[in-house]
Amino acid sequence: MSAPVTSGIETFDCRVAFAETLAELARVDPRIVVVCNDSVGSSNMNAFQKEFPERLINVGIAEQNMVGVSAGLANGGFVPFVCCAGPFLTGRALEQIKADIAYNHYHVVLCGQSPGMSYGELGPTHHSIEDFAWMRALTDITILNPADPKQTRDAARWAAQANRPIYMRVGRFKVPAVTPEDTVFEPGRALTLREGNDVTVIATGVLVSCALEAADILASRGISARVLNMMTIAPLDEAAVLAAARETRGIVTAEEAIITGGLGSAVAETVVRHHPVRMRILGVPHFAPTGSASFLLDHFGLNADGIVTAATELMA
Amino acid sequence: MSTALAQPGDTSSLEARAARLKEIAADIRVSIVNTIAGPRMGHIGGDFSVTDILVTLFFDIMRTRPADPEWAERDRFILSKGHCSAALYSVLATAGYFSPDLLSTFMAPLSVLNGHPNRRKVKGVEANTGPLGHGLPIGVGAAIAATISKSDYRTFVVLGDGELQEGSNWEAAMFAGHRKLSNLTAIVDRNRLQQGARTEDTNSLEPLGDKWRAFGWEVHEVDGHDHAALLAAFEAPRIDKPRFLIANTRKGKGVSFIEDRVEWHHKVPSPEQVLQAIEELRAQ
Repeated sequence: MSAPVTSGIETFDCRVAFAETLAELARVDPRIVVVCNDSVGSSNMNAFQKEFPERLINVGIAEQNMVGVSAGLANGGFVPFVCCAGPFLTGRALEQIKADIAYNHYHVVLCGQSPGMSYGELGPTHHSIEDFAWMRALTDITILNPADPKQTRDAARWAAQANRPIYMRVGRFKVPAVTPEDTVFEPGRALTLREGNDVTVIATGVLVSCALEAADILASRGISARVLNMMTIAPLDEAAVLAAARETRGIVTAEEAIITGGLGSAVAETVVRHHPVRMRILGVPHFAPTGSASFLLDHFGLNADGIVTAATELMA
Repeated sequence: MSTALAQPGDTSSLEARAARLKEIAADIRVSIVNTIAGPRMGHIGGDFSVTDILVTLFFDIMRTRPADPEWAERDRFILSKGHCSAALYSVLATAGYFSPDLLSTFMAPLSVLNGHPNRRKVKGVEANTGPLGHGLPIGVGAAIAATISKSDYRTFVVLGDGELQEGSNWEAAMFAGHRKLSNLTAIVDRNRLQQGARTEDTNSLEPLGDKWRAFGWEVHEVDGHDHAALLAAFEAPRIDKPRFLIANTRKGKGVSFIEDRVEWHHKVPSPEQVLQAIEELRAQ
């Protein structure tokens, strides 16, 4: 299931990189614990549980309690990584995330597993496309959306010592590696993957590889597209956004999330305040119909062709 | 009267300890009235029903260091019914976490003493509560943290009775029972009144003790204004279960025209009523 990229490129399930990294962290940092909601298997935490049986707290199917318990564990000196399917973590326990984690400012890492539409055919109840909008409304939470295994590893390592509330997506939908191995991890900073002068594509998560593919297509048509990987949704790298607004003729944003309140909204809020520029916001416009994750991404134009079309419109 | 915290190894009799707590509680109730009278906002009914529980915990039972509120081995206290902040602030100030002078800023613009407590601004507050049903899950997490780190601190959570209608409490109750968290005590301030009516006329809680026993808790039921009974319940030998203490209380306890009247959930006494309330409290 790797619709956004050309076939033949190796793709990865970021949950594997995440689980390996968490175990590595736990071996050297006794504060690291995992809290989950009957989601040991789906979060790929079986090995962690076997190695650290006392440090995996499975509360059962009870997400409000899960988040409250993680706040209490932080109070007791631990660093909880809460591993739970994104929709149930952010939706079911939203008030707990607001009051117990963000407002308390506890160092808890909320890990939205299998986010976006990766549960495809299971339908909108199991899609986590609202998470960016909901978490962005909580100003104290850092929102990370790693695009590939390297960013997932780096994000988890940084989160373990960040001493603040964090929400990070842990992707299930297989993605190619898009981050050069020698890249230094900088939370809060956009990563420029392709320089360009005509138009800017600001993508996040699974859409980053699509943005790179789109830039190749645009280049073949004489359009120079800048590609930014915006892993940190909040706080937004406003400097990178405003540089794009000033130096190129328009901005396309692309995310596997609802178009109201996510990355596109964040970028629009920034440019409208400081340097208004033409934009196209690509994302999910409404509850998805039935279909696999890759079908749905194509259905909503969340692929290279969709980005090319939007960028071309901005150049008109 | 001494408001110094009880010292470890204190060999005073239960009666002497209870008598001391009763004196402190009378002063705390006066402090609450004065605290609320300034901004003319607060929740005096619940403040008064919970006062004796808070006083028993902070001035006798709990292991605390007000001068070092982040001390890792401190007992944890979480006021899940966060709207009763005037009672908590009065107790914390009297216990030495911050100056009692600060109480005069209660709910004033930019005061650290918000209507609901904020741990990042007020020493002695463990968790920012206010929305109901949040304190017990956090307390369960703190209690689990102690078991994993093999620390012997204990966790105490005070719940409102109406608050037990929130489902998150039952998620936490089920899990605490499953984990046999014998370092956790939940106390319900059972004043039988919620904001709009009696609990039993709104969404009945009874048989309350049976429900918690069924969830794997050890249940005690006492007069929540009887300090000796509260002390005895807190100090009863532990078994391998979390403890649920039903503290039967009277909303507005201590002032005749406030006690057990639903309209005093967040009504504020007039200046004349403030004087009358203080007179009644001083006479006890």
